[in-house]
Amino acid sequence: MDAPQTPVMGGEMIAVRQLTKRFGSAGAPVLALSDIDFSVNEGELVVVVGPSGCGKSTLLRILAGLMPSSEGQAFLGGTPIAGPRRDIGVVFQSPVLFPWRSVLKNALLPADVQRLDREKLRDRAMALLKLVGLEGFEHRYPWELSGGMQQRVALVRALIHDPALLLMDEPFGALDAMTREQMNQELQRIWMERRKTVLFITHSIGEAVYLADRVLVMTPRPGRIADILKIDLPRPRGLDVMNTPAFGAYVKRIRTGLNASGGIE
Amino acid sequence: MNTIRNFMLRLLFIAVLLALWEAAVKLLEVPAFLLPTPSAIGVALYRGTISGLYQENIGITLTETALGFVFGSAGGLLLGTGIALSRRFDYFMSPIIVMFQAMPKVALAPLIIVWFGLGMTSKVVNAALVCFFPLMINTIVGLRSADEDRISLMRSLAASPWQIFVMLRIPNALPYIFAGLEIAMIFALIGAIVGEFVGAQAGLGMLIQSMNFTMDVAGQFSILLILSVVGLLLNMSVTLVRKRLLFWDPASRQAGIKPDKL
Ligand SMILES: Nc1ncnc2c1ncn2[C@@H]1O[C@H](COP(=O)(O)OP(=O)(O)OP(=O)(O)O)[C@@H](O)[C@H]1O
Ligand SMILES: [Mg+2]
Repeated sequence: MDAPQTPVMGGEMIAVRQLTKRFGSAGAPVLALSDIDFSVNEGELVVVVGPSGCGKSTLLRILAGLMPSSEGQAFLGGTPIAGPRRDIGVVFQSPVLFPWRSVLKNALLPADVQRLDREKLRDRAMALLKLVGLEGFEHRYPWELSGGMQQRVALVRALIHDPALLLMDEPFGALDAMTREQMNQELQRIWMERRKTVLFITHSIGEAVYLADRVLVMTPRPGRIADILKIDLPRPRGLDVMNTPAFGAYVKRIRTGLNASGGIE
Repeated sequence: MNTIRNFMLRLLFIAVLLALWEAAVKLLEVPAFLLPTPSAIGVALYRGTISGLYQENIGITLTETALGFVFGSAGGLLLGTGIALSRRFDYFMSPIIVMFQAMPKVALAPLIIVWFGLGMTSKVVNAALVCFFPLMINTIVGLRSADEDRISLMRSLAASPWQIFVMLRIPNALPYIFAGLEIAMIFALIGAIVGEFVGAQAGLGMLIQSMNFTMDVAGQFSILLILSVVGLLLNMSVTLVRKRLLFWDPASRQAGIKPDKL
């Protein structure tokens, strides 16, 4: 797991085939996801955008192996997802830190669970914490941190065991605009450096275009894929890319797609 | 708020109250077997202490309380853990537990004296019995109340159920368990005293009982005073440990707020 990854672009990392998810009783089921089809290539950064309640988190939980699908299948690296895997890092919508663990210990939780080399990962955790601007907070406790700082700890925790795949559920949704842009830049940097596969969920169109190789646009409930959009902006993208006409055109197209699908129901 | 000036004012306030009490009893000529003066209570306290009578009985009551607390809490903790871990165990135990829970445990005291005799054992059993339930209930609730998101996080890391139990459920349960311990500590003292009321050869409860026969009301008041100080100290000792250990718990971080889960 810790071996240097040779970036083999092109292989399918995630494959989702006719995936459907229903919640609740047989009498009154809630259709959360309907007939989802897409794939994510190794090393690719794919962003899912969609309105609230369209099933984005549900999709992520299925991919993380936390819940089964109702119909259809999802594959990771060619094998059907049967449960949680160690080579995935998940960032949830809320930080989900343990208050009895210090910042550093929270970041090292995957190391404890997966019995990895703690000494080595400790240094890595320190470096990552520094990277996200939490130097000097290693021995503080979650309640002493702002919401944004807590979310950054969660990001470090997801990266600590160097997973090949990162699943991120609106990780920066609770941050202010400026911190959020900073975090997006950081994420892009980490991703370019380590070439992880990333599936990133957001409902910010700007964030989607800024980060993505490809954007999946989802419809309101039941979530379907309305549009898949390749973002051809050169990397690394600076924040000024947001002022370019090309960026604006992508944003406009996604917004139109969202509005059109929103009008159906 | 806690300035020296305010502290002195507080002492003065108490002194004034005691003086008023003393004066009222003397002026209205209240008989001593109804309400003693504070000075008479002070004298009783002094005499009991000088003769060593109080120390000896405090020691006995405290021993009963401590042993009852340890056994009762340990039992509640173990059974609570078992119930939280096993649905099957929960299924078979719950009717019995519901029945016992609704029953005032002190009502068993006379029976327990019959079964375990007039000595210390019966008081320990009595104290353990009243400690048992708060611990058991709080352990169950604490172990079961782990946040869904945190469980999801652990599961996403491919943690085993055992790891989720040790790394998440146990720390999560500690504030509940300590709230249970705080209650159990006071309950244990009540259990021991009630046991002594019903039948005993020693202990503060027995002293109160015998003073009641001789109409030594001042003496009873002096023991009530001792009991409230003992209860306060016992409770404070648990609170102190909790604040040390559970510094991360919001309830422990705020001063003066006690989590009352029962
Ligand atoms: N455990 C569950 N049981 C029943 N229904 C659920 C459950 N989880 C989600 N749902 C339903 O599925 C739908 C999709 O939920 P989901 O959390 O995936 O939305 P989302 O796209 O992540 O929304 P948001 O952007 O607000 O986070 C919602 O209508 C929700 O009510
Ligand atoms: Mg969501």
